Amino acid sequence: MKPVPDADTKPYWDGIAAGELRLQRCAACGRAVFYPRAVCPHCFGGPLGWFTAAGTGRIYSYTVVHRGFGDFAGQVPFTVALVDLDEGARMMTRIVGTGDVEVGMRVRMTVRPVAGADLPCFRPAPEAAEAAEAAEKAEAAEAAEEAD
Amino acid sequence: MTARRAAIVGVAESDIGRTPHLTVLSQQALAARAALAEAGLTRDTVDAVFTAGEWSWAPAMTLAEYVGIQPRYTDSTNIGGSSFEAHAGHAAAAIEAGLIDVALITYGSTQRTGRSRDTARPAELTAQFELPYGLPMPVGAYALAARRHMHQYGTTGEDLAQVAVAARQWARLNPRALLRDPITTGDVLDSPMICDPLHKLDCCLVTDGGGAVVIAAEDRWPDVATEPVVILGHGETHTHASIPSMPDLTVTGAAQSGPAALKMAGATVDDIDVAEIYDSFTITVLLTLESLGFCPPGEAKDFVAGGRTAPGGEFPMNTNGGGLACTHPGMYGIFLLIEAVRQLRGDFAWARQVPDAELALVHGTGGVLSSAATVILGTL
Repeated sequence: MKPVPDADTKPYWDGIAAGELRLQRCAACGRAVFYPRAVCPHCFGGPLGWFTAAGTGRIYSYTVVHRGFGDFAGQVPFTVALVDLDEGARMMTRIVGTGDVEVGMRVRMTVRPVAGADLPCFRPAPEAAEAAEAAEKAEAAEAAEEAD
Repeated sequence: MTARRAAIVGVAESDIGRTPHLTVLSQQALAARAALAEAGLTRDTVDAVFTAGEWSWAPAMTLAEYVGIQPRYTDSTNIGGSSFEAHAGHAAAAIEAGLIDVALITYGSTQRTGRSRDTARPAELTAQFELPYGLPMPVGAYALAARRHMHQYGTTGEDLAQVAVAARQWARLNPRALLRDPITTGDVLDSPMICDPLHKLDCCLVTDGGGAVVIAAEDRWPDVATEPVVILGHGETHTHASIPSMPDLTVTGAAQSGPAALKMAGATVDDIDVAEIYDSFTITVLLTLESLGFCPPGEAKDFVAGGRTAPGGEFPMNTNGGGLACTHPGMYGIFLLIEAVRQLRGDFAWARQVPDAELALVHGTGGVLSSAATVILGTL
């Protein structure tokens, strides 16, 4: 299912096509704004300018979909999440590259095709993988100590 | 001069469950006629119409035409399932302002027979950031809220399941409820997973059905055939439309609408004898109880434990079996009002009747935890 870009959102989708996550920032209050619009939803001011975000953030919540509908029925199970971007905005997305997901996990943006549309998805960030590896090592070391 | 009060004086449902013999309009018209007949009022006394639904671009206008009413006040506010609680508040305000005397609120849906839920919308405007990801709605949004609540407060699937268990216990006492067999928390957790962590039995029914509520100004009460159930307070709000914009996945607008309604009624949560709380999903009830202030944040799982909300418990809640076990035609809110009114009138026999019920709290939730509307009802 393809998103329908409009006057507010075309720059965002142009960014995705170039592999970038572009957000707005309000010149009046300095806060990041997503989804893109003509007025700042925080302070009602502006102007709103575009910038390219780092593409990193943290999972605020997620769900694993077991029953999909329409275009998505054949894709289950898949994981949809709300990600809090480091710049301070929240967006809906898919988590790809793993089925092992936790609230609070660090993630990084990657553009992927979903039912015929190129969308910003998120995969575990290298920091997340490193942290998981370190935690595993610590657990193994503890178990080894107890065994001695 | 004291404010002119409003009371619910007539309530009725259409046939519910599967209604292939009815349309959205005939459901509402027949329910309206039954509710007015119960009240002892004629159609021509109605001067305000309220309804909501996606079956018409102007539902109140279409409904009024179908039943032959030309209103002097009209309201098609659609904020999802809570619309009808908001309509009750709007009717009370219009009565208090002296604009109207008798309001008719109606609702109807053939979503089960008509399978209208499956129609895909275009991914335009704000939906372009949601629909392409394929999250089933609304269940997916409620699943996101449930997962966040689990993360923040340690709520488990077992905790959610208790809400469904209690709903069936009330449904067992309601001959009109669809699912009347008792279940265990294990049955809920064994039912198919829809969107983790919500199983099928965490989700409301998908049925046909309609209803009507008639509200009259107090100078009309001597004319009515029923015991008026007074609208003592009301409040409404909406915090977002799409789930990524919900400010906090664990707090709903009930945090504003509830206190506003209670303050208007001069009551507190401790005064409530019976509660009818929108149960689109098990998580909806837990979030609402916390946001309304019946218990601290994160503690609704303890509040509903041990059968507190079940028949015979300290806090009778969703006494018809709710959207989880009685009926849920898509926008369930009118049925909350109907059940609360019947409880306050003492219409029921035996275990379904909350003894000496004098004050009811009715709370509707609409959209994806988007809208909240609370109504406080009391006996005269």
